[in-house]
Amino acid sequence: MSHHIIEFRNVSFTYPDGTAALRDVSFRITHGEAVGIVGPNGAGKTTLIMLMNGLILPGGGEVMVGEVPVTRKTLSEIRRKVGVVMQNPDDQLFMPTVREDVAFGPSNMELPPEVIEQRVDEALREVGALHLKDRPPHRLSGGQKKAVAIAGVIAMKPDILVMDEPTAGLDPGARRQLIEIVKGFRHSRIIATHDLDLVLEVCERCILLHGGAIKRDGPPGEILLDAQLMQESGLALPLSATV
Amino acid sequence: MEIGSNFLNIGYLDSLSYRASPVHRIDPRIKTIVTIVYVVTVVSFPRYEVSGLLPFFIYPVFLISVGNIPPGFVLRKLLLVSPFVVMVGMFNPIFDRTPMLELYGVEISGGWVSFTSILLKFVLTISTALLLIATTSFTGICEGLGRMGVPQVFVVQLLFLYRYLFVLVEEALRMVRARDARSSGKRGKGVRVFIHLVGVLLVRTIQRAERIYAAMLSRGYTGRMPLRRTHRIGMKELIFLSSWILLFLVMRRYNLSLYLGILLGQDGMR
Repeated sequence: MSHHIIEFRNVSFTYPDGTAALRDVSFRITHGEAVGIVGPNGAGKTTLIMLMNGLILPGGGEVMVGEVPVTRKTLSEIRRKVGVVMQNPDDQLFMPTVREDVAFGPSNMELPPEVIEQRVDEALREVGALHLKDRPPHRLSGGQKKAVAIAGVIAMKPDILVMDEPTAGLDPGARRQLIEIVKGFRHSRIIATHDLDLVLEVCERCILLHGGAIKRDGPPGEILLDAQLMQESGLALPLSATV
Repeated sequence: MEIGSNFLNIGYLDSLSYRASPVHRIDPRIKTIVTIVYVVTVVSFPRYEVSGLLPFFIYPVFLISVGNIPPGFVLRKLLLVSPFVVMVGMFNPIFDRTPMLELYGVEISGGWVSFTSILLKFVLTISTALLLIATTSFTGICEGLGRMGVPQVFVVQLLFLYRYLFVLVEEALRMVRARDARSSGKRGKGVRVFIHLVGVLLVRTIQRAERIYAAMLSRGYTGRMPLRRTHRIGMKELIFLSSWILLFLVMRRYNLSLYLGILLGQDGMR
C-alpha cells in the first residue's frame, strides 16, 4: 500500500528569523512502520512534524505522502492522510464537548452525520474514552485529554499518525495506558519524543536528529543504547537501560 | 492570589450548568429570549418604582428552585458585584432630598427611593443573567445565539473565549505564583513587574492561538465550525416562552404588589 508512505527528499527549512531548523533531511517511512524521532531540544523535531502535514512548506527539497507532494494545492488531501496529535492537548481540544471535538475532523471531511457519529464512537472506544463523550474538554484530566486528542485524529482515519511528545506531562499510569493504545494501532506511526523508553518499546526504527540533520537512522536498540552516541547528541541512555 | 478561586467562580458556575432539571433541558434560545425580555422589562420601570419591581422576583426564584441551583451561590456573586452598583446609586439620597413618602412617621426622600429601585433592578437582572448561565451553560447560550442568526464569527469567538478562559486563568495563576515565590512576601516589585507579566501573558496567548489554529488546520478546518445542535423547540418551549413573557408584561402593566396591598388592606378594614 504505497499511500501509507511518507518520504522526505533533501528537505531543508529555515525560519523567517534566519534559524536553520532542518538541513538536507532525507528518509522514507513505509507502511505500518513505527518510527521514533529523537533528539535534544532544538534539533528540529517539531519542524519535521509541521512539514509532514504542510503546516509549513519546505524551503528546499520535497515532502511526499504516498505519491503526492506536499504543496499548497494538495493540503486538504495531505491533512486527511496525515493525522497530527499535538503536544499540548489543550491546543487541540477546542470544541465545547469531547463528542464535538472528535467530530471536528470528520465533519470537515463532509461525511454524512450517521458516519460521523459512528466514527466518533469508534475512535473514542479505541482509546478507551467513550464514557467521556459528553464532557467538556476543560474538565478532563491530563491523560484523558491526551486520549481524546488522539481519538480526534484517528476519527479522520489517517494513513499515517504523527505524534508530538505523546507521553509528556502524563503520570506513569496514564503513560502506560497511552503506550498500550499506540501499540495497538496499525497505522504508520511517527513519534517525536524525549521518552526514549517509549521508542524502545513501541518503535522498530529510530531517527536521531541533531542540529537539524539526521545523525543516525536505524533500530532503536542500536542507537539508543549506544552510550557514547547518546552523550554526544545531548541525550542520555534510556532509563530501562540503566537499571 | 484569588483569581481562580474567587473571581466570579466560573468553574463552579460551569459545573452547575451540567445538572439535569426541567429548566436545564429547555432550549437555550428560549431561555435567552425570555431573559432578554425580562431584563428589558425590569429596566424599563421608572426611577422611583419599588413596589412594582417586587413581583419580578418570581422568575429568578423559579429558576433557582426548579433548576436546583444553590441560592447562596447566587447571593455571593451578587455581593461581589454590588460595590459597583452602590457606587452608581450612592449619590441619589444626597442630591435628591424631596420627601416622597412617610413610613411609620419617618420621612423618606426621593433619593432613597430611587436608590432602592436601582438596587432592586440590579439584583433582579444580574441574578437572572447568572442563573441563565447556570441553567443553560455558556456553550448552550452560544449554540442558541448561533441558531438565532448571530454570525458564526462571533459565536466562535465567544466559544473560544470560554474554552480558553480556564487555560488562561491557570497560566496567569502560575506566573503570579512564580513571582510571589521569589518576592519574599511582597507582591513582586509592584506595577513594573505586573506590566511584564501581562506582556508575557499576551505573547504566550498569541503563540497558543497559533498552535490552536495549526491544530484546526491539521484536522481539515476550512472556515466553517461544525457545531452540534442539541436542542429543539417543542411545545414545552413555546409554553415556557409565552407564559413568562405574558407574565412579565402583565407585571409591567399592573402593579401586583399594590393590588395585593389593597386586597389585604380591605381585608384588614373589614
